[in-house]
Amino acid sequence: MANGNGASLSPPQLEIDSVSLDFGGVRALSNVCFNIYPGTIQAIIGPNGAGKTSLLNCISGLYRPQHGAIRFEGRNIIGMAPHAIARLGIARSFQNIELFRHMTVLDNLMLGRHIHMRSGVLSGGLYWGRAQREEIAHREVVEQVIDLLEIQSIRKKTVGTLPYGLQKRVELGRALAMSPRLLLLDEPMAGMNSEEKEDMARFILDVNEERGTTIVLIEHDMGVVMDISDRVAVLEFGQLIADGTPEEVRTDPKVIDAYLGREHAIRQG
Amino acid sequence: MDNATLPRLLMENARRLGNRVALREKDFGIWQTVTWRQFADHVRAFAMGLRALGVERGDKVAIIGDNRPEWLYAELATQAIGGASIGIYQDSVAEEVRYLVEASDARVIVAEDQEQVDKIIEIWPGLRGVLKVIYYEPKGLRSYRQPYLASFPDIEEMGRAFDHAHPGLFEAEVSQGHPDDIAILSTTSGTTGKPKLAMLTHRNLISQGAGLLAVDPLGPDDEFVSFLPLAWVGEQMITVAAGLQCGLTINFPESIDTVQENIREIGPSVMFSPPRIWENMLSQVQVKIQDSTRLKRAVYEWGLRQGYAMADARFNGATPGLLLRLKYALARLIVFEELKDHLGLRFIKRAYTGGAALGPDVFRFYHAIGVNLKQVYGQTESAGLSVIHRDGQIKFQTVGTPLPNTEVRIAANGEILVKSPSVFIGYYRNPEATAETLRDGWLHSGDAGYFDEDGHLVVIDRAKDVMTLSDGTIFSPQFIENKLKFSPYVKEAVVFGGNWPFVTAIINIDFANVGKWAENAQISYTTYTDLAQKPEVYALIRRDVERTNADLPPAARIQRFLLLHKELDADDGELTRTRKVRRRLIAERYREIVETLYSDQREMEVETTITYQDGRTALIKTRLRIEDLEEAATVETNGRMARALAR
Repeated sequence: MANGNGASLSPPQLEIDSVSLDFGGVRALSNVCFNIYPGTIQAIIGPNGAGKTSLLNCISGLYRPQHGAIRFEGRNIIGMAPHAIARLGIARSFQNIELFRHMTVLDNLMLGRHIHMRSGVLSGGLYWGRAQREEIAHREVVEQVIDLLEIQSIRKKTVGTLPYGLQKRVELGRALAMSPRLLLLDEPMAGMNSEEKEDMARFILDVNEERGTTIVLIEHDMGVVMDISDRVAVLEFGQLIADGTPEEVRTDPKVIDAYLGREHAIRQG
Repeated sequence: MDNATLPRLLMENARRLGNRVALREKDFGIWQTVTWRQFADHVRAFAMGLRALGVERGDKVAIIGDNRPEWLYAELATQAIGGASIGIYQDSVAEEVRYLVEASDARVIVAEDQEQVDKIIEIWPGLRGVLKVIYYEPKGLRSYRQPYLASFPDIEEMGRAFDHAHPGLFEAEVSQGHPDDIAILSTTSGTTGKPKLAMLTHRNLISQGAGLLAVDPLGPDDEFVSFLPLAWVGEQMITVAAGLQCGLTINFPESIDTVQENIREIGPSVMFSPPRIWENMLSQVQVKIQDSTRLKRAVYEWGLRQGYAMADARFNGATPGLLLRLKYALARLIVFEELKDHLGLRFIKRAYTGGAALGPDVFRFYHAIGVNLKQVYGQTESAGLSVIHRDGQIKFQTVGTPLPNTEVRIAANGEILVKSPSVFIGYYRNPEATAETLRDGWLHSGDAGYFDEDGHLVVIDRAKDVMTLSDGTIFSPQFIENKLKFSPYVKEAVVFGGNWPFVTAIINIDFANVGKWAENAQISYTTYTDLAQKPEVYALIRRDVERTNADLPPAARIQRFLLLHKELDADDGELTRTRKVRRRLIAERYREIVETLYSDQREMEVETTITYQDGRTALIKTRLRIEDLEEAATVETNGRMARALAR
């Protein structure tokens, strides 16, 4: 919310320009167009199967759309490998937790720094000189993430032994350890109770506010979405049917119709 | 020493100890150090910042937050310019904060982080005379636009500029300080209503610290981990009153959840904690041992038997035999050293418990494993401490003998009276309460006690709580409650008996430990309420009640008990912020339950309103079972008959 007003002033950080994605004969995304502005929290909502995760996968390079362009800070990233996109400054978390369950929280986070590691196999193996200095610098970055997310007490715990809500927080941490400028979060609050959701929402806001990281968020909990987002994009059957501030989207008849259901709209009317 | 104030002690340390470590705080995974010189520099900068804001001599500064160096900077800076600090427990709800800020006339509030700042913003519209709210953890506060908010480093920066423009002012302010100036306002725990603010002077605190150090010397090489609220007088006692005199190093843990781990890393040489902490540590050990392999359990139990034998020999002043000493040495090697290392007690020279009574069984345990745990006795009004166990003269029924400079006597009605340079000068803006507590220089503690044959003080209980049973036996509910709480499965207990024909108890199970036990026993449960009403759990707790009863005179035995459907909570006002049971309030709130305990009913239905963390309330309805103890049935019948006859 902090930078909500800045949205229209600066050039977009990510442009999704007429993106279409087909799986055989199934059209997952159809001519989707909208911009994401630096420092904002952008929500993507829509019914199941609307193409939200597909769109995220296109941005992070897991899928390759047949048509259109996705420009990150002016540069088209379609066709780039996921690790190359990550190196540009785009990190993501997954709907189902994708962490190394048998490793500690700290090790998982240090792995998040992997894309920034420079020393070679030899000096890394000897852990001496440059490699050691590098490791210390990376650890510092990781410790800042640990501090921000308040996970000091589980630093040395094995991820698999942690409760679900905490694992989700660690996954956010791992994405943050990459020091991204754009963070993609796929249902960060799925399966959480209201207290855990509240915590997660607070951490997302903290990340956005403290680090100025742009956040793209898929979420089903409308309360959370309307509360923390600066802008909301609505997808239905692969098409963008609305894009605007939470207030604009909430009152958009097309959205009420598609997302909240026709009956609801009638009752409201 | 006669002219000492806390800020002058700090400045002296900065000169004497300069670059030695004064404070450590774990941050970003590393123990960050602050030297005595840096400590003094921060205090100077913040003190001048307060002056620049318009804080004057005699003004009060409220501090609310977790234990961090900034807490101490703020306290000493306030004192340096002739003010007094008032610590507010960090888990207080907004209304409690409002009460204390208003009651203390605070001009500035130092609030740690977003959580605390949000409370202040909530109560701000009604506050008068507060100049500034200063936070030191900026996370989440970046977008706050309240004009009265400022960050700690900004105020320090302002102070440095002010200092530069007014050379010599800081030194003048510090030298103007008088030992009889108020240093802190300390909240009383308030088991009986709203907390009162005890005015403690520099002299009060310093003489108390000196008294402690005269008995148990500490120095710059000693380590202390400060994790209990700095608003508590006991924490002030070591960190400030004694700490500034002996140059002790104070360590602040990384977060509340890492306390145990951080204690282990530091290996403190001294600890001062209320009974709850010692009880929790013991519960953890008991539960972990239950979970361990049979072999390890057998070794542990063998070791502990040797420990108990050794401890008992020492308590009785007997010389342990050669065989016992050999066995003890072995037990120490294979059990206790490891155990103490896990608890972070490996380098502990002395450990203190105070604030409430600690059960004798817990006491014996720590001595068995070789931790020199000592009972102290005191209250907020005597700056925390007036009576203490001396090394080698430990008797777990007693609290030891008075500190040097301290006179203790027992009034005709059995009340403990204290006179010493540490006795406070009165309650802030409350002359009636002061006149009641402070008579002819004697502090009327409100506790009942007596001196035993060795000159040790024995504290029975709060005088108001000491009860006479139907057959004339004198009993202390707290004594029975502590016996019950020795069980890892019992978290809180409230014992009734005084005006009733026999003794009953309302018990709170320990959710974590009983939950774990239930899992192992394959008993499924949903909530706390559900777990507490399981027949198996009743059977489990019943064993603990029977064990407690075995050590009690027949008339003081618990005859009926029930497991309460909710945890007693400080947010509901049932416990004080230092987690002491508010007996009268509980008797009042659960009057129906207490009355049912003394009826023929075996179960009852209850409805209660609970308050969630966010202030919402909800109603729970549940059926409570009452457990009768058969062995006591005859006494019970007699009791009822007596009651019937009395009518």
